[in-house]
Amino acid sequence: MASSSNSPCAACKFLRRKCQPECVFAPYFPPDQPQKFANVHKVFGASNVTKLLNELHPHQREDAVNSLAYEADMRLRDPVYGCVGVISLLQHQLRQLQMDLTYAKSELSKYQNHNLSGTAAQELIAAAAAAAAATHHQTLGNNLISCCGGGVTRDHLYHHHPPFFTTRDQQTSVVRAFDVNNSYDTSAGVLAMNISTGGIGQHPQFQQTRGAGTDDGPTTIDP
Amino acid sequence: MASSSSSHPSAPCAACKFLRRKCIQGCVFAPYFPPEDPTKFVNVHKIFGASNVSKLLNEIAPHQREDAVSSLAYEAEARLKDPVYGCVGAISVLQRQVLRLQKELDATNADLIRFSSSQSISTTPPSSQPNSHVSPSSNYGSTYSSWS
Repeated sequence: MASSSNSPCAACKFLRRKCQPECVFAPYFPPDQPQKFANVHKVFGASNVTKLLNELHPHQREDAVNSLAYEADMRLRDPVYGCVGVISLLQHQLRQLQMDLTYAKSELSKYQNHNLSGTAAQELIAAAAAAAAATHHQTLGNNLISCCGGGVTRDHLYHHHPPFFTTRDQQTSVVRAFDVNNSYDTSAGVLAMNISTGGIGQHPQFQQTRGAGTDDGPTTIDP
Repeated sequence: MASSSSSHPSAPCAACKFLRRKCIQGCVFAPYFPPEDPTKFVNVHKIFGASNVSKLLNEIAPHQREDAVSSLAYEAEARLKDPVYGCVGAISVLQRQVLRLQKELDATNADLIRFSSSQSISTTPPSSQPNSHVSPSSNYGSTYSSWS
């Protein structure tokens, strides 16, 4: 007896079983995205995913599946660090940006607070160019390994980094995107999730100890 | 029955303790799941499963396994604390912050250039205009584009 005229979901197809009408995977693993389930299955396992989904409200399951798919994808691309490597990279970038912003603002304050002329103006023109050049991080990826000692909090992450982020393309590729409201998509270059930072902020792991834009130091993510 | 090693009777690792099995000499989990930290394996097992972790570790070079286990433990703990988003939520937050700071930096640099240009025009003839300033957005914006 066919459950419906629909084809089996990607999960049941992968698991070679009949896709029941109440299949927990069916809404989130459409048959046209077989890789999504294959990845999730490889990293987490079908039974773990089932248990996880059954513990969530139905309206949360799509987001959960998409985040699991993202994590699985990252783990398969980087078996050692998974998406923790992405967190590390972002924290490093954030730290760099904070430093650059502090420097740029201090330079700007010189213009705003002082009446400049002659040599002082020329010096500040050079300083402005230097401030802009200091933000030119073309070799961020190449320097990531050497920067990691200062840019990564060892307590939470790792001072080792594989030579994974050595080109801009690779940096872009590691941050795959998905839209929680639509289907899983690995073609975009940014993670687009409609989550409220207030909701995320409930969890201690996401307590930002320092506000962005301050020069107190990096933002750490504690699990 | 004597333990697996009669010369060095050691406690089973956290994984074998949890799985209620004998911790043999070459146990793949033993170096990374010491018995004094049982929660680490419990979390990893709950999210990833012992066999998946075992397969993953076996595919990684030995010198990288410690980092791999640590990152798995991190992800597992994050997922248990936030079953919907896990550590992906942190990525999203960080990306937003990076974009925000990037925009702020762009604006500040633009102001700097404006001030410096107006100062140079009003004071001395421009001898070294900063015409090669780099837009910081080219560094990060192209990586994290199309924020929706």
